[in-house]
Amino acid sequence: MSMITPPPETPPAELAPAEADGGGLLTAVEAAELGLAPAAKPRSMLRRGWEVFAENKLALASIGVLVFIVAFCFVGPLFYHTDQVHTNLSETLCTPSTSHLLGCNELGYDELGRLMVGGQTSLEVGVAAALVSVIVGTLYGAISGFIGGTFDAFLMRVVDAGLAIPYIMVVIILSVVFHPTTFIMIFIIAAFYWLGVARLVRGETLTLRTREYVQAVKVIGGGRGRAVVRHVVPNAIGTIIVQATFAIADSILLLAGLGFLALGVQPPATDWGSMLSNGLNYLEGGGYWWLIYPPGIAIILTCIAFNFIGDALRDAFETRLQRR
Amino acid sequence: MIGYLIRRLFQAILVTFFVTVITLLLVHLFPGGPVRAMLGPRASAAQVAYFNKQYGFNRPIYVQYGKWIWQLLHGNLGYSIKLNQTVASELTNRLPKTIILVGLGTVVSLLFGIPLGIYQAVRRYTVGDYVLTGISFLGYATPTFFIALLLVEWFAVDSHVFPPFAPQGDTVGAVLSQPRALVLPVLAYGFLLYALWSRYMRSSVMDNLVQDYVRTARAKGASERRVLWGHVFRNSLISIVTLLGLSLPTLVAGAIFIEVVFNYPGMGYAFYQAAENVDYATLLGFTLVATAATIIGNLLADVGYAVLDPRVRYS
Repeated sequence: MSMITPPPETPPAELAPAEADGGGLLTAVEAAELGLAPAAKPRSMLRRGWEVFAENKLALASIGVLVFIVAFCFVGPLFYHTDQVHTNLSETLCTPSTSHLLGCNELGYDELGRLMVGGQTSLEVGVAAALVSVIVGTLYGAISGFIGGTFDAFLMRVVDAGLAIPYIMVVIILSVVFHPTTFIMIFIIAAFYWLGVARLVRGETLTLRTREYVQAVKVIGGGRGRAVVRHVVPNAIGTIIVQATFAIADSILLLAGLGFLALGVQPPATDWGSMLSNGLNYLEGGGYWWLIYPPGIAIILTCIAFNFIGDALRDAFETRLQRR
Repeated sequence: MIGYLIRRLFQAILVTFFVTVITLLLVHLFPGGPVRAMLGPRASAAQVAYFNKQYGFNRPIYVQYGKWIWQLLHGNLGYSIKLNQTVASELTNRLPKTIILVGLGTVVSLLFGIPLGIYQAVRRYTVGDYVLTGISFLGYATPTFFIALLLVEWFAVDSHVFPPFAPQGDTVGAVLSQPRALVLPVLAYGFLLYALWSRYMRSSVMDNLVQDYVRTARAKGASERRVLWGHVFRNSLISIVTLLGLSLPTLVAGAIFIEVVFNYPGMGYAFYQAAENVDYATLLGFTLVATAATIIGNLLADVGYAVLDPRVRYS
């Protein structure tokens, strides 16, 4: 449930001499390529970013895994029809068979079908909460950093205060207060998550606003709003997207944790976390592996995939890793 | 240095003020107000009005705030009707036991995380590094309660090596007198943090290994061992010290899930029970204390950083 994302990877020390001709630290493959074609024609930023990203095989595999998981959750139910609303007590805890490929849970819901439906909730809440956090956090951070002065100091102390309150505790309190539906859950998760994004974007803005092209907006008569939206935010987009990726993984994990405390989405709706914690009731009975490992592995795979992609994106946006 | 400390202290006080405001807002978020939350949906309007007057919730918000702060300054965190005792007494009973869990778990995780993180940095991009990276990513991506319950399944239910429940008892002595029962909660908690420290240490050591001072040390003929332990290790530890102070919220969060899984008689489990019982006084009181601890932790981290790294002081 860590709120702190893995620290950035650093290129190996022995390649440091390559700095001289590349203007930045290069990975082994890049250095080799550079030796062969030192005067490659200039490429677009997206293209160069993609090349760095694509070198990370784990990240490519992660994209494959995510595509599969999304297809499984959203396309799967079109081919594998199950009833996830009405209980069927005659099939309580049935073992996996041809009619129920992953067996049933204690209420007779088909486990494979439930994995798809629960996955939809987990992914939707995760992505939506991440989007809300990132949009609110970006605007707040960019405006605060851009205007600066006392205004910035004030806004940032508010952020500090929000971040000082242990995240999980405040989310639990909000869940107790609101008895959340799946939709409200998104905002409960985002309610305090955006603060971290705001702080990062504000830091980025502080360096961006002194750049000449941002200063130039003022000179040619552009307003502050234009400078923030058209120049500061697009240039901080790397940080923002990386944060969004980690936010999705964090939100899915948090939703799972709340499901374990029975504070998450309410039945008959479910998510992977609620399924997992439900299945764990049967851990000691032994033998009910299909209630435990499929949702557990689904959560772990999804979160690892988002973490790997986030890492690779960070490298891709890191201009010093890119060929000039 | 003094100026830096004063500025930092002033910031901390300002942050504390905002925290109390946010907490007061949380109190008033409860549908129908805090008294309704306390008495339940079946309470009559007259009863709610009576208690509102009793607790002063009918007064203007700034009066409520003032009185509440006054009470807080006197160590009065509120009264839990559900537990029929003050939040402060519940806290003094529970907090020491959570500190044991958090303390032991943190020590265990550092004992593994720091050396293995250094190993990973020195032997980067080898099989050992990839395996350990995989393990720490598992730590990031696995729900805490899942890890904890799998440990229970493997080491308590299947093999009876350790008891499945945490030590029970009212006092710290009672908890410490059952070391075997402490093993699984501490291990589960330690694994959670291990991922954090080892990733951070790996990256920090790798950053330091390319610094100029390392080249200088090597050029002077220092052995690899001396470079690593005499120079790089010490500088990498600085960032871990800071991280320790900054991760207090993470430490608290982890403790809640571990305590619920193992039925550990600490603050996290009490917090969970308070959530189940809609015991808002306990929820808010505990949150406030955890927040105060975080602010102090951040402050100490900054001070520690300034002491260890002279560059911070003058910037």
